[in-house]
Amino acid sequence: MNEQGALDRRHAVASLLKNRQEALVVSGLGSSTYDVHAAGDCDANYYLWGAMGSAALVGYGLAQASKRAVWVITGDGEQLMGLGGLATVGIAKPKNLTIIVIDNEHYGETGMQVSHTGRGLALNAVAAACGFAKTGVISDQSGLDALCEEIKLDSSGPRLFVVKVSAAELPRSLPSRDAVHIKNRFRQHLGFSAR
Amino acid sequence: MMSGWRKDVQRHRGDYRRRGINSMTNRHSCFNHKAKVVRRGAIYTFRMQNESTDLDWPLEVYRQLKAADVRHVTYVPDAGHSRLINLLNHDPEVVTSVLTTEEEGIAIAAGAWLGGQRSAILMQSSGVGNCINMLSLPAIGRFPLLIFVTMRGEWAEFNPWQVPMGAAVEQSLHAIGVRTLRAETAQELLAVTASAIALSYEADQQMAVIISQRLLGSKKW
Repeated sequence: MNEQGALDRRHAVASLLKNRQEALVVSGLGSSTYDVHAAGDCDANYYLWGAMGSAALVGYGLAQASKRAVWVITGDGEQLMGLGGLATVGIAKPKNLTIIVIDNEHYGETGMQVSHTGRGLALNAVAAACGFAKTGVISDQSGLDALCEEIKLDSSGPRLFVVKVSAAELPRSLPSRDAVHIKNRFRQHLGFSAR
Repeated sequence: MMSGWRKDVQRHRGDYRRRGINSMTNRHSCFNHKAKVVRRGAIYTFRMQNESTDLDWPLEVYRQLKAADVRHVTYVPDAGHSRLINLLNHDPEVVTSVLTTEEEGIAIAAGAWLGGQRSAILMQSSGVGNCINMLSLPAIGRFPLLIFVTMRGEWAEFNPWQVPMGAAVEQSLHAIGVRTLRAETAQELLAVTASAIALSYEADQQMAVIISQRLLGSKKW
């Protein structure tokens, strides 16, 4: 991937989240969690710090339980570990689930090893083959602007968008690692008891 | 030489005869699983007959889940779960989801709970091994978790490949922080299910109900 002119991941995530309205957000471990936190902490965010491969599926479970829009923001490595989950989501066809893969084509937390997407695998094509209603790849500012409008619209089924970003390492922006606290805060936001 | 497994088979055939149970009765096909043993050209058949043949345990577990307001169930199919899966799939009030691997159900259940819904997972013992790291999520987030595990590899098992994971199920679950409640009979399963429902959804515990292979009967080959 050509790094020149590549999208900055923080800018991409912040731009998308500006348009979140009532959307509930689940972030995948590592940089995606930092990106979502850096865009502004919010009770309607569930930050994952582990359970690699779970982000899309936590989002899917949430999308089945809630009528609100659910956005999953995760990395290429995280989504690759949950590839089978795309098949599960694809046949269940939740209309309110959008998965956004922030794809830097590397494992950023572990020394920037090249991932499958950096060797040619297209997660949007996998999602399309799994029956997602809408898929796409965004690699520049005009594409990002279009995506910011697109994700506000209703969909006939699950969507997955790959946002190609620079592999530059950014300062970490760390949300709470207390998974119980974040869970209770999230549920209270939706009007459920925290225990 | 008779294998340990063959001895088991013979011993339990004997058990049923001593108790006066007609091993050829097949009124409740759900509980009577016929196994064939081919040895020196002869075919031996026997049926594992459950002690509580009149108890339709899948229906009772289904009713308990419904009464507990569990309206979301994920599964990787197992023969032992087939009737329960069928009941759930035909209930318009229950959302079911078939998984490609069992760990998906762990993540989906956590997401459902975030959205205020109770989700349960059905899997075979071999699937427990697929879940281990994903169980970090309910363990560290104290998410209610209710798994029903149908056992293979422990009772009159024909397939040796089922034995290693079958033997490791409860130890693996305990190691990652999931509590197990085991049922050897259908009657016991109903009490265990009620207890696990309370412990998971009310006390935020991570629970696995272990449905023994003796209860299910061995697989027909």
